[in-house]
Amino acid sequence: MIATESLSKRFPRVTALDRLSVDVGPGVTGLVGANGAGKSTMIKILLGLSPASEGRAEVLGLDVATKGAAIRERVGYMPEHDCLPPDVSATEFVVHMARMSGLPPTAARERTADTLRHVGLYEERYRPIGGYSTGMKQRVKLAQALVHDPQLVFLDEPTNGLDPVGRDEMLALIRRIYTDFGISVLVTSHLLGELERTCDHVVVIDGGKLLRSSSTTDFTQTTTTIAIEVTDTDEHPDGTRVMREALHARGVSVEAGSGLPGAGHILLLTAQGEETYDLVRDVVADLGLGLVRMEQRRHHISEVFTTEDEQRKEAAVHGS
Amino acid sequence: MAVEQPVPTSAATPGDQTRIHNIGYRNYDGPRLGRSYATRSLYSQSLRGAYGLGRSVKSKVLPMLLFVVMCVPAAIMVAVAVATKAKDLPVDYTRYAIIMQAVISLYVASQAPQSVSRDLRFKTVPLYFSRPIETADYVRAKYAALASAMFVLTAAPLIVLYVGALLAKLDFADQTKGFAQGLVSVALLSLLFAGIGLVIASVTPRRGFGIAAVIAVLTISYGAVSTLQAIADAQNSTGAIPWIGLFSPVTLIDGVQSAFLGASSAFPGAVGPTNGEGVVYVLVVLGLIAACYGLLMRRYQKVGL
Repeated sequence: MIATESLSKRFPRVTALDRLSVDVGPGVTGLVGANGAGKSTMIKILLGLSPASEGRAEVLGLDVATKGAAIRERVGYMPEHDCLPPDVSATEFVVHMARMSGLPPTAARERTADTLRHVGLYEERYRPIGGYSTGMKQRVKLAQALVHDPQLVFLDEPTNGLDPVGRDEMLALIRRIYTDFGISVLVTSHLLGELERTCDHVVVIDGGKLLRSSSTTDFTQTTTTIAIEVTDTDEHPDGTRVMREALHARGVSVEAGSGLPGAGHILLLTAQGEETYDLVRDVVADLGLGLVRMEQRRHHISEVFTTEDEQRKEAAVHGS
Repeated sequence: MAVEQPVPTSAATPGDQTRIHNIGYRNYDGPRLGRSYATRSLYSQSLRGAYGLGRSVKSKVLPMLLFVVMCVPAAIMVAVAVATKAKDLPVDYTRYAIIMQAVISLYVASQAPQSVSRDLRFKTVPLYFSRPIETADYVRAKYAALASAMFVLTAAPLIVLYVGALLAKLDFADQTKGFAQGLVSVALLSLLFAGIGLVIASVTPRRGFGIAAVIAVLTISYGAVSTLQAIADAQNSTGAIPWIGLFSPVTLIDGVQSAFLGASSAFPGAVGPTNGEGVVYVLVVLGLIAACYGLLMRRYQKVGL
């Protein structure tokens, strides 16, 4: 679907993309990176709207440098920011956008009705967009990206500004875009956790460089962290400390969860597999403590970066 | 009971979404008409939008009102000419737009920002450019649409005058010639005003600013130029009058039509530019139109995504 080869984009002051080579197949692919990592720049290049400084990229087998218009006819794009005029209805707006994609008037109207229904907009589609909730606006933005039945759709931060329920709905919808509609998806986010659940494949970039490109199953296996919290008892007035020492004694490295509410009582350890859970259970039982929680931690993208960042900093120190 | 439950489709799709799934997604394999069709669609949408068609009732009021205001004096003149059996219309075809310039300015000031500032303000522009159309297509469609809308506004009263003149059995050849000259003049005026209006409006995403700026540019330039011309006339330096006239859109059109389209000039002393000076006028008008187009292109190259 997408292939880039040492793709670089340099602006006078910053390097947005630095020799990025990725290969993205059909399915739902997450493009993860912190703000300013180069996600939006990459989408612009892939749409053929911004020339790359170096390297090449292909979308659907078409070269972005020469076949921009052909690519844009077969690709949908949902921007990160608001892009909807408030004084027209969703139907009018999406019909107009369908015609801008080259659909004849009748087809544009039919496809608009279908697409709005698929993204979950019903009666409200005849009301002006200005009165919509954020969730509904996101659906209209998604509809305009899908209305011309593209082969591939770029979704830039589609869950931005949504509440947890809205997020889950949007993620389920994104999943359906591929499974039910057969349209491949490239979705960006700065939250790895939410993409883990939705994507088949995740590409992580930072500072314009490729950090990792792998299928989501690999990802979760290598990064599962368990958080545990235990009670204090009369025998062990500081249950957390005792627990940490006991785990240490059995060769499990434990860190205190820092920077979180109640962090002092939370211990984080890396799960090596099923046996880690058993070990924790046994240790807690031996000490006679109460286990308040034992849960998998959702990873924030920064956790993936930390190790890489540290390596890079070290390299920089050694280099200089 | 449990048997009644709808079959779960994919992960986490309760209630409504299950129903959607059952309707099924249909792929589109019909024609895709490409760039030129998209450009034409944008043109027609913008042209309709310039009269509030396909928009809210509120946004129809001003353009429609201005259209009526443009046409009513023409209708009255025709009525008078028919009733008094006059030998000629009270106003030349070419003069009509100059007399009604305030209405025209108001129209371009209100509609140029609605045409381009909205797309900028609500950041709709990236949606256009993520589709097959290019920057040039967008600019051309918007420019052509506003120029056409202004041509409709300025040519409609001329048609009223012309039809009225024929009904009053005025000289056919004479009237047709005057009408044709009037049409050429308002076509130039439409292109020029639309260009200036769009360039100013495309700089600001704020519609209010756009409106104020367009009105300011059109009226202040006209006020300054006609004042200077009056001063020049009072000091008997009549040679300077045509050159001063180059600095405002209205006097530019006035100059072109009095040099080449048989119009009587509205300049002080009713002395229009000579043919030689007229060539300069035409060149300046065409240069300004080209410059407006160029500036719009530059502006939208930057806006992009």
